[in-house]
Amino acid sequence: MAGILRTYISSSPGGVLQIKRAFRVWQRHWMVYTKLYKTSFALNFAEPALYLVAMGLGLGAFVKEIHGQPYIKFIAPGIIASSSMFAAVYECTYGTYIRMAFQKTFDAILATPVNLDDLIAGELIWGATKSVIFGITITIVIALFGLVDSSLIVLAIPLIFLCGLIFAEISIIFAAIVPGIDSFSYFYTLFMTPLFLFSGIFFPLDTMPHVVTSIAAFTPLYHLVNICRAFSAGTFSGAVWSMVWIIAAVSLLAPFPFRLMRKRIIP
Amino acid sequence: MDIVTAQGLIKDYNGLRAVNGVDFAIRQGECFGFLGPNGAGKTTVMRVISCFLPPTAGSVTVFGMDVARDPSMIKSRIGVMPQDNNLDPDLSVFENLIVYARYFDIRKKDAIRLARVLLDFVEIQDKANVKIEQLSGGMKHRLLLARALVNNPDLLILDEPTTGLDPHSRRAVWDKLNHLKFRNTTLLLTTHYMEEAEKLCDRVAIMDSGRIVAVDAPENLIAAHGGNLEDVYLKLTGRSLAD
Repeated sequence: MAGILRTYISSSPGGVLQIKRAFRVWQRHWMVYTKLYKTSFALNFAEPALYLVAMGLGLGAFVKEIHGQPYIKFIAPGIIASSSMFAAVYECTYGTYIRMAFQKTFDAILATPVNLDDLIAGELIWGATKSVIFGITITIVIALFGLVDSSLIVLAIPLIFLCGLIFAEISIIFAAIVPGIDSFSYFYTLFMTPLFLFSGIFFPLDTMPHVVTSIAAFTPLYHLVNICRAFSAGTFSGAVWSMVWIIAAVSLLAPFPFRLMRKRIIP
Repeated sequence: MDIVTAQGLIKDYNGLRAVNGVDFAIRQGECFGFLGPNGAGKTTVMRVISCFLPPTAGSVTVFGMDVARDPSMIKSRIGVMPQDNNLDPDLSVFENLIVYARYFDIRKKDAIRLARVLLDFVEIQDKANVKIEQLSGGMKHRLLLARALVNNPDLLILDEPTTGLDPHSRRAVWDKLNHLKFRNTTLLLTTHYMEEAEKLCDRVAIMDSGRIVAVDAPENLIAAHGGNLEDVYLKLTGRSLAD
């Protein structure tokens, strides 16, 4: 199985992926993160808390209920999903790009037994880990406010990890093809913002034109929102298809960050 | 015994032929230098040997293993001191060594002991907990050297080890390299400083436009062509090193 997986994502001769070496890269990121988190940890809550307050209480004063739930309770699970998405995306766009192009951390690591495929795998797994860290902290906060009905939400964690991998894959694909760091603004404006707005976090998509719903069904955030919302309400209904979708998308995207990074880094 | 061999090595880079069919063999325990101006192809050769770039054609072996087939095995036994600072700015001096040692699967206990020894060796032991940005240029160079030694390499690759250093720091790096030579570490370096090549290298390969035009001991080259190494270079390539 491991063999098939390796051939599937990494075909470079000699540079066969080894999870232990990818973990070394992960450990480096974890060490840096735990060193700095004391100063940045509070910020992790700031943005989701702002959305929750502004939309949940502000807009919620006018929109009383959606699908029989108070508005703030409707959006809370979506905030878990979007925070975990942004965590992986920031990490694997700006973070990865800075390590690759400015800090030359990639060069330094590639002079060790760690090969490029190991390094990229480490970046991806770290991105997904950031998703989980953010997902869990936001879930705890939201639960403390009484906005989570069911402990089933714990089951969302592995899916947040998988969806984090999808976001990390997409981000690294972009990091591998952008000509410069400024180009990420296109990625954020043209991809991330629409994703954030049209994934059913703030309003149910069934009120939108059919085309919006159809497009949304092809985006990862929509499915993660579905899962978080269902689990938070204590049901699997509506989440099963999303789980299948996420697993399929992780696998389909997997080869591309490796191939494109190889193309960029090894001329 | 030959530690590195290259046969018919060609490397194309963004449509340019950076290395155009070179052959060489580097022996165990010697200090071998690639001498040439910027753009001669020295760094590209180094990057192929350190398994960073695959050859376009030809074969390169390190410790008898093919660079394209066994990169991790080879890299576990070499140390690379790069031309540019790529120390990890998110980590302290000490942490840079510890984290680097981990990539080589060195246990934490050993890594800590090793990091202390290496910081002593390059004489920046008092900077252990300092951030990278607070180091002077010379200190960064010395830390890069210490980091390249973390896995006790059989082959140490140094790309322009003293470029950009003041004379005092340059001499300090030379001292360390001589010390390593004495300990029988094979050294492979690129330089465009004649003095550096003459002081450190047992043999030099003179490179020009992607080719090796001569390989020999500096004193033999000087005996054969007269003058000093600078004159030899001028005679062989028709150009001055400063070009």
